Amino acid sequence: MSFDTCKDVWVFIECFEGQPKNVGLELLGQGRKLADGLNQKLCAVVIGKDIDAAVKAAGEYGADKIYAVQGDEYENYSSDAYGKVFLELCEKYDPNTILVGATVNGRDLGSKVAVSLKTGLTADCTALSIEEETGNVIWERPAFGGNLYARILCSETRPQMGTCRPGAFKMPEKTPGNQPEIIREEIRVPEDEIRTKVIDFIKACEDNDMRLDEAEFIVSGGRGMKSAENFSLLKDLADVLGGTVGCSRAAVDAGWMPQNKQVGQTGSTVSPKVYFACGISGAVQHVAGMSESDTIIAINKDETAPIFEVADYCMVGDVFEIVPALVKELKARQQG
Amino acid sequence: MNIVVCIKQVPDTTEIKIDPVKNTLIRTGVPSIMNPFDKNALETALQLKDTYGGKVTVISMGPPQAKAVLREAISMGADEAYLVTDRAFGGSDTYATSYILSQAIKKLGGFDVILGGKQAIDGDTGQTAPSIAEHLGVTRLTYILDLKVDGDKVLARRQVEEGIETIETKFPILCTATKESNKPRYATIKGKLASFKAEIPEITLADIPGSDTAKMGLKGSPTKVKSTFTPQRNSTGVKIEGNSPEIMADSLITKLAEAKIL
Repeated sequence: MSFDTCKDVWVFIECFEGQPKNVGLELLGQGRKLADGLNQKLCAVVIGKDIDAAVKAAGEYGADKIYAVQGDEYENYSSDAYGKVFLELCEKYDPNTILVGATVNGRDLGSKVAVSLKTGLTADCTALSIEEETGNVIWERPAFGGNLYARILCSETRPQMGTCRPGAFKMPEKTPGNQPEIIREEIRVPEDEIRTKVIDFIKACEDNDMRLDEAEFIVSGGRGMKSAENFSLLKDLADVLGGTVGCSRAAVDAGWMPQNKQVGQTGSTVSPKVYFACGISGAVQHVAGMSESDTIIAINKDETAPIFEVADYCMVGDVFEIVPALVKELKARQQG
Repeated sequence: MNIVVCIKQVPDTTEIKIDPVKNTLIRTGVPSIMNPFDKNALETALQLKDTYGGKVTVISMGPPQAKAVLREAISMGADEAYLVTDRAFGGSDTYATSYILSQAIKKLGGFDVILGGKQAIDGDTGQTAPSIAEHLGVTRLTYILDLKVDGDKVLARRQVEEGIETIETKFPILCTATKESNKPRYATIKGKLASFKAEIPEITLADIPGSDTAKMGLKGSPTKVKSTFTPQRNSTGVKIEGNSPEIMADSLITKLAEAKIL
């Protein structure tokens, strides 16, 4: 890949059962910013068996160009098939920058492509910007459990690549009237070149809860909740608000909440409209997963708890009294 | 079955503190541990050995003190351990690290399964192990819960966001393990004694003569750290006060409504 000729910012739109995952669309928002900064085009890459919904969504969320590759062999992700397609597209169209969602498969694809192209890949970025004088992307990411942040450059090779976690960025606004150029590429991968075959799939039991990364209101509890049962108080508050319940690592370690509800560096990254931190001390590893929330409300007995340093509204007091009072007051106002 | 496990010595990130004056990480006094996910990878390897027989070799890239985690691996049941270490390897990013480890694995030779943790808790990239697979050209399976061998086939259960896949493939493979894969065993007394006596040979640049030094160390790393900073926190939040929970609740909701947040 040549430094001088490479152009455009690519975003991989990962699909599941024919639907685009949110993280790809979130990254179109970031990709737009980078593409504008570089004065280049924003391109979506969609690979799959059924890709119509993803191609449509990529256009709605602002892609100027969409590279679409369709085939039965792309029904399930495999590093061999997806890697081959991605590398052929890179070979032909020579991208400047590639963004990939840090999902299980996205991380796999990212490392496959970066090593094959002998270029740099920065994982789990939380902020992206352009270094004006060089055109390098400044990849900002946490390390050491969120205790330290690093700004990373890939200044000597192209494409420059990064992954970003689902929920680390907000969904961009739709761009009505956008007319993307759709480039369908006929790339086929013979069956014997795909060394892994998915022979069975068990879908995770879906609880009826709203997903953390899709909720506008999240009510999270930590060590201060004292028991699994007490999380029902938080559920009450989440229900009145139309949101969902999350937790800190302490609550998972104590066995009060399942791991898929954990917010933080080793759990989900979220950026809801409103985040309630109830009985959460605010360890860096938790804050790294929720600091991008629009509004943070902290409720804690200990007025020196570090969570109050990131909260927009601070309530020093007993979570077991304040949360029910909030539920009561909200209900009263909704009825009034 | 010939198995190699890549392990990393990491600072226990839950114990890290920030120097409030210099705003830097305080590393002294922070315990060094075996990366927890690598321990799951080692357990996966030991279970494969228990079931199918074979040999478990552990390797780690790092300074001489990283031998401590290699000894710990031997105390849990690993057969052999190698430390990959050289000044020329310092400053490597995930690309260069994975290249160096791939060269060391090639030198040791003849593996059916290469294992690693899904990510290390210090860098948190999750890129090094799958990148090793790419350098070696072997099949990679990330986030594996377990592995079964059926004739010349390998069946692996892989955890993805939406559920669990069962994947069929063939050796050689590289897999990464997660916390959900298993519960790592404890060291045995016999293992501890073996770990004290074990020789841990070093693999240095001189031991991998055919390798490309342009892909190693700081020079061979496509990504470079421009700067680091500690997250800034400021206590500018609005304090919600009141003599009773009801008054506080009313005050908060009024403020949220005024700010058009609710």
